[in-house]
Amino acid sequence: MNARTEPALLSQLSNRHLDALEEETIFILREVAAAFERPALLFSGGKDSLVMLRCAEKAFGAGRLPYPLLMIDTGHNFSEVTEFRDFRAKELGAELIVRSVEDSMARGTVRLAHPGESRNVHQSVTLLEAIEEFRFDALIGGARRDEEKARAKERIFSHRDSFGQWQPKAQRPELWTLFNTRLAPGEHFRVFPISNWTELDVWQYIDREKIALPSIYYTHQREVVERKGLLVPVTELTPPRDGEQVVTRDVRFRTVGDITCTCPVESTAATAGDIVIETLSAEVSERGATRMDDKTSEASMEKRKKDGYF
Amino acid sequence: MSTETIERGNDTGTNTEQAAQTVTHAPNDAALRFITCGSVDDGKSTLIGRLLVDTRAVLQDQFAGITKSGETDLALLTDGLSAEREQGITIDVAYRYFSTEQRKFIIGDAPGHEQYTRNMVTAASSADAALVLVDATKLDWKNPQLDLLPQTRRHSLLVNLLRVPSLIFAVNKLDAVEDPALAFAHIRNQLAAFAHAAGITVRATVPVSALKGINVVDATKGWAGYEGPSLLQLLHTLPATPADHELPLAFPVQWVEKFSSSADTRQGRRVFWGRVAAGVAQPGQQVTLLPSNQTATVAQVLNHVREPGDVEAGNSAGIVLDREVDVSRGDWIVASVENTQPAADDDFDDAPASQPAWPGQREVQATVAWMDDEPLVPGRVYLAQHGHRWIKTKVRRVVHRLNINTLAEEDAERLEANAIGHVELLLQEAAPVAPFTQARTLGSLILVDTASHKTAGAVLIRS
Repeated sequence: MNARTEPALLSQLSNRHLDALEEETIFILREVAAAFERPALLFSGGKDSLVMLRCAEKAFGAGRLPYPLLMIDTGHNFSEVTEFRDFRAKELGAELIVRSVEDSMARGTVRLAHPGESRNVHQSVTLLEAIEEFRFDALIGGARRDEEKARAKERIFSHRDSFGQWQPKAQRPELWTLFNTRLAPGEHFRVFPISNWTELDVWQYIDREKIALPSIYYTHQREVVERKGLLVPVTELTPPRDGEQVVTRDVRFRTVGDITCTCPVESTAATAGDIVIETLSAEVSERGATRMDDKTSEASMEKRKKDGYF
Repeated sequence: MSTETIERGNDTGTNTEQAAQTVTHAPNDAALRFITCGSVDDGKSTLIGRLLVDTRAVLQDQFAGITKSGETDLALLTDGLSAEREQGITIDVAYRYFSTEQRKFIIGDAPGHEQYTRNMVTAASSADAALVLVDATKLDWKNPQLDLLPQTRRHSLLVNLLRVPSLIFAVNKLDAVEDPALAFAHIRNQLAAFAHAAGITVRATVPVSALKGINVVDATKGWAGYEGPSLLQLLHTLPATPADHELPLAFPVQWVEKFSSSADTRQGRRVFWGRVAAGVAQPGQQVTLLPSNQTATVAQVLNHVREPGDVEAGNSAGIVLDREVDVSRGDWIVASVENTQPAADDDFDDAPASQPAWPGQREVQATVAWMDDEPLVPGRVYLAQHGHRWIKTKVRRVVHRLNINTLAEEDAERLEANAIGHVELLLQEAAPVAPFTQARTLGSLILVDTASHKTAGAVLIRS
């Protein structure tokens, strides 16, 4: 244990830098409302999008969200999260648009290589179809630069061409807070208002603001199998393989996404404050601990983003 | 690359007792945003890797990702694009985060190649401090009159031009030269001479070895003849960028909030949201609206989370005026000042007329850092973004181009990519501009190519 995990320190951990992060996020959320004609806010019900939503409530006043919420549903989401998403959208009086990968499969625009394939990567197709359907010109997302190396390279206002592609070598310079939002027909922007937040900042903010989250972010007992250093949840979609032993563990999710590629971590943290402490002493990154799909190649996120992924 | 010196989990150089005090007193609550710049292969990515590893910001799985068959390459922590790993260079800014007990840090790892200067300028525009790395092994360090590399000069000039408050020279790779003290002395003297000639204030010059971790986190007293603090110790003390709050109010309107369903006209008034560019927004102020030149009084000010109160430059505010006036996104709300011109005899009885503290102006002298592959061409119309306003702008002429090496002002017909020059601009509409050295937001704009929509130039107003 290093000095950062001393309980006496934690109780005094400064969170005043959160004011500056909140201010930056609110400024960006307002800029999107003002500069674009048809923006939408990507809302999964996960912790990062709930933090953005809290900032949006502050930016626009309760019940006055100026853009709809958009969710791309793989059909493989944790029910605790989708139920929470619906509850929160209703509570806000926000318009919630859900488009599903299964509809794209029915249309034939998504074809799986095999029935058990993760649908996470195919969200890009459904997302681009939704952008075309609603002619969205800006999509706000809760991605953070500390999540992954390719994300660390991305601008706050990230230009996408008419194929939804990110071109990392040709990013627009982003000077001061003069965001160049000029678009040609068919192009759009992805906007990341919490780019400069870290996982720790998010949990400190959730703790400070008393933001409600889906229950699976906190400790609960779950049947899992241990596979390649990850705890794989036992579900209908992810059954144990031959020879694997099913065990019950105290776990929580550090990140939530598609069931087929999201793993919990062992934890007894029952509150956001507990998670702040765990995050301070974590030895493995958020994605390293929880994502099966990022490990396939060093550049898998970059490749997916070039293909139009968030 | 040597591996024996790279270990995870060094202490951050601060014991718990000191840390508890600094957290309680919180001298630097604001995160410090700093950039690392300098020429290619000067060791920027390695330095950042060193800072991240030694402050325990790198976790096990990330550390495993940069270690291949026992060899650890710290630079791989930040070079996140496949093209960067293929070519072993940094193309675009990587933003990285770490914190110590005292402070949170945001690093912009800027590319060194001249062709990616635009990305370096991007990183510098939001930085509180810049570490300019200088590679001792690339210089003729035995010569007291040694030549600095062009990118060292270019990046220092850009950092200074963009008013990054603190510049630190980090003279790297001194562990690889045979006489570190002599090399550091000669290089430091040349850096000081260059900075003096260019009018650049240098906060510190520190000898380091990013690879071996010397003077990065912990100070190694006396190494290369240097007795001062380590880079991290310096970073803890640097100020965040001061906002221009000692000036008259200037407020660019970002977003107009309308209340649709209220019979009460007071409640029905609109709120103008934006970030205070200069001065302080407070109720009771007399203001002029630009470009309409109407006047009004500020009735109420809300902070970024809608609580009433005064708001200083740098922060978001919502302004409610005392009466209905035509204001939309892109307009400016600026302080009114009494007209000090002597009144003519025949309007002796009139109340003194007021005028905006930041009057609109159409002709602008500016320094431009050109970033687009298409050169800046006199006569061509670009789109300028100033605050939240888009204004058609014609480049009347290029006055001169700055020679990075000699600092001489040379004649030029156009500005190619990565050039810095002095130009005359004509704005289609008057805008409340001010010299960048006086007021950052009023003094900065971007030029956008009307055909490609690319952000082509960073413009700093001279007058």
